[in-house]
Formats: sequence, C-alpha cells, structure tokens
Amino acid sequence: MKKTFNNAEEATQDIKDGAVIMLGGFGLCGIPENCIAALVKTGVKELTCISNNAGVDDFGIGLLLKKHQLKKMIASYVGENSEFERQLLSGELEVELVPQGTLATRCMATGYGMPAIYTPAGVGTEVAEGKEIRNFNGKDYLLEYAFNSDFALVKAWKGDTDGNLLYRDTARNFNPLMAMAGKITIAEVEELVAPGELDPNNIHTPGIYVHRIFQGANYEKRIEQRTVNKKKEA
Amino acid sequence: MSLDKFQIAKRIAKELQDGFYVNLGIGIPTMVANYIPEGIKVVLQSENGLLGMGPFPEEGKEDADLINAGKQTITTLPGSAFFDSAMSFGMIRSGKVDLTVLGAMEVSENGDIANWKIPGKMVKGMGGAMDLVASAKNIIVAMMHTNPKGESKLLPACKLPLTGVKCVKKIVSDLAVMEVKDGAFHLLERAPGVSVEEIQSKTAGKLVIQGDIPEMEF
Repeated sequence: MKKTFNNAEEATQDIKDGAVIMLGGFGLCGIPENCIAALVKTGVKELTCISNNAGVDDFGIGLLLKKHQLKKMIASYVGENSEFERQLLSGELEVELVPQGTLATRCMATGYGMPAIYTPAGVGTEVAEGKEIRNFNGKDYLLEYAFNSDFALVKAWKGDTDGNLLYRDTARNFNPLMAMAGKITIAEVEELVAPGELDPNNIHTPGIYVHRIFQGANYEKRIEQRTVNKKKEA
Repeated sequence: MSLDKFQIAKRIAKELQDGFYVNLGIGIPTMVANYIPEGIKVVLQSENGLLGMGPFPEEGKEDADLINAGKQTITTLPGSAFFDSAMSFGMIRSGKVDLTVLGAMEVSENGDIANWKIPGKMVKGMGGAMDLVASAKNIIVAMMHTNPKGESKLLPACKLPLTGVKCVKKIVSDLAVMEVKDGAFHLLERAPGVSVEEIQSKTAGKLVIQGDIPEMEF
C-alpha cells in the first residue's frame, strides 16, 4: 500500500478534462494550493468544481477561472471573485449555488454512504425549485442528494504516510468532509510524518479515506481580509 | 436622529442573554460583539467552524488558518472549539444556536427575508444564510430602514429572491426596533428624536403602533 507521492504534479496527473473535483477550504483558508497550481500547469479543462468559494481573482480557484478551465462551479458564496461574477453573468460558466450547510452535509452524506439528506435550508426559495419536499413533524424539508465526485483535493496540517490527517484551526472547514467524499482523495499536507507519529486520539480523517498524500511546498497561505486590533499607543 | 451602524449594533447587543450561543453575520452584526454587556457570557459561533470566537488579533499576530465567516483574521477565547462545516451547520440546524443576527436587503411583514441576490446584477451566493434562517430559533435583522434611494426595505412582500420564509422575529433598523408577528411589523421602540410618523412613512408593510412608543435606550 503506497499512498505517498512526491508532489502535486504526480498526485494529480490522472485528473482529465471533464473531471468532477471537490476542493476543500473556506475562502482562501485551508485550500489545496499545491494541487490547484498543478491543475493550472497541466491546463486540464471542462472541470466541474465543488467548493464553498471560488477563490479570488488571482489566487485559489480564481487561477483556474482565469484560464477558463472550469465548466461548472458548485459553491455557496462567490462574492470575492469579480472574474467569477463576470463569467457567470455572461453565461460562460455554469453555476449551481448551494446553501453552505447543504453543501457540507451533501459531502458528509457521500462519506457516510447515504444517498441523500433532508434539510430545511432553502424551503420557500428558488433553491427548492424542482426538489422533493417532505414534511416531518410539521416542518418542510428539501431532499438533497449526496455528491458524486471523481477526485477530492484537500489540505491538512499534518498527515502520515498511511493517509491519516489532522487539520489546524479553521483551516479544517470542508476538508474532512470532502476527504470522505472523493472517489479518489488526494491530500496535501504541510508536514508529512511516519505512521505512529500522530496520536490516534487526534486524527480528524482516518487514512482509509485518503488514497494519495504528499507534502506540499511553498505555502503562501494568503489572508483574504487582514483585520487587526491596532496596538494601543504607549 | 437616526442611528448609525455602531448604535444599531449596540442596541442589538441588549438582546443578548447570559449563556447564549450566537451567530453574527457579516457587517453590522459582526460589530455586535463589541458591545456584549458586562457580566454575561456569550459564546460566538462562526459557521466556518469555531465556537468561542475572540476579537481581531493584534498587529503581527494574524494567522491565515484562523478566520471568521467574513474571512477576517480573528482569535480564539479560552474554551473555544474547532469543528468541520457539517458539524457547524448541524448545531445550527438542530437548534443549538440561540440567536442569529444578520443583515437584509428586504424583510416582509410576515417575516420573509431577502438578502442574497439581485437578479441580473449581483450574484454572490447565499453562503450560510439560508441554513441559518431556516433553523434559528430567534433571528434579529440589522438593517437600514430604507435603501439609498429612500425606498422602504420593510415591505408587504419581498420583491427580491427570498433567503427564507416566515423566520425574522425582530428588526433593529436605524429608525426603530420592531417585532415581526401576526403578519405585521409591531413598533416597539424608536430611535432618539425620530417620530412615529417618520417611521410610519418609511415602512411600506403593515406597521402596528400600540400606545406610546418609547425611545431606545442603550
């Protein structure tokens, strides 16, 4: 069982035109930077991307958008990316906007082996159009399906060569859910260690869900909204 | 005088109670955290996966891995916990979050809210707003009473695509505090120096005015 790869180029080389890929991260926090860079380099096209956000104009998924590598984007919030809004309003890009909790839970359902979920999010709105509605205990819920994806690209803080993953702070977000949901899950980590070096009590994603793992390089970890409390004047 | 955004946040903070788990939306709602009354403990939930959100970091201590749902750098407080996005919305959906404060473009007299899309113009997405309004036990909307053109944002029925139906319980605007129930806005308080007549003239939906309406206190 060899899961380790040398780098993103090697780990993602069989992602072909038309693939459906999940990408972890919230905004630019916890995104698989190395894998995105590799896809930009190979120029693979007609991708369907499932991710909470679409990056910004010059980073994250925004880099794939700029090179017109996306056919469809499934996301909950895309407000940070003007190129995205332009491609959407001009019809170049197909977009499915999904409530954030629904997006997360549809990933979770896939990883838990459940075909669908019921959620109240979107009842009475255009999100409900064409969907089955069922009433439980006096409240309406929408039927939402688990996602099918070819690849899940996730970013973790630490991982071992068996694929066990540990995330850091709010960089966890969608990563563990997507890791569970990919037909093939590719994890990039800031620190790759030998089995036994991570405490089994602290594993967020058990290695059974992870097919490929590599230690990432040159993390930029860009901050989208740098907000600080000014130090008090002495 | 109508309230500024800081005063709206300050008035909403009076609604907080000891032990509340609270989700604050982007914009004015985020500022409510600055006015939590002394002597009570409130735990802030950030839907990207944190309970126990603290203030913005000191300069030089920003951490790219630690942000709020508005993508701003933040800190944690003692007793905080991180979790994934499914668990985050699990606690929202199952009613563990006591209060949700968010902004709105329009609210209708039966409590419908629109805040995520202007067809043909602005498509940013709903983020977590649809999940929050579909499940929260108590929703307070922080908003301006009118849009920049001076048109009322409190309507008989929303014109923009809805975020959720029959969910808003209370509104704190720059002019008034209103409860939303029984198909109408019920005027509870007015901003200092703002007349009931002005509030009435800027409210397109049904406004119920009963007895003397006191001025807000902070």
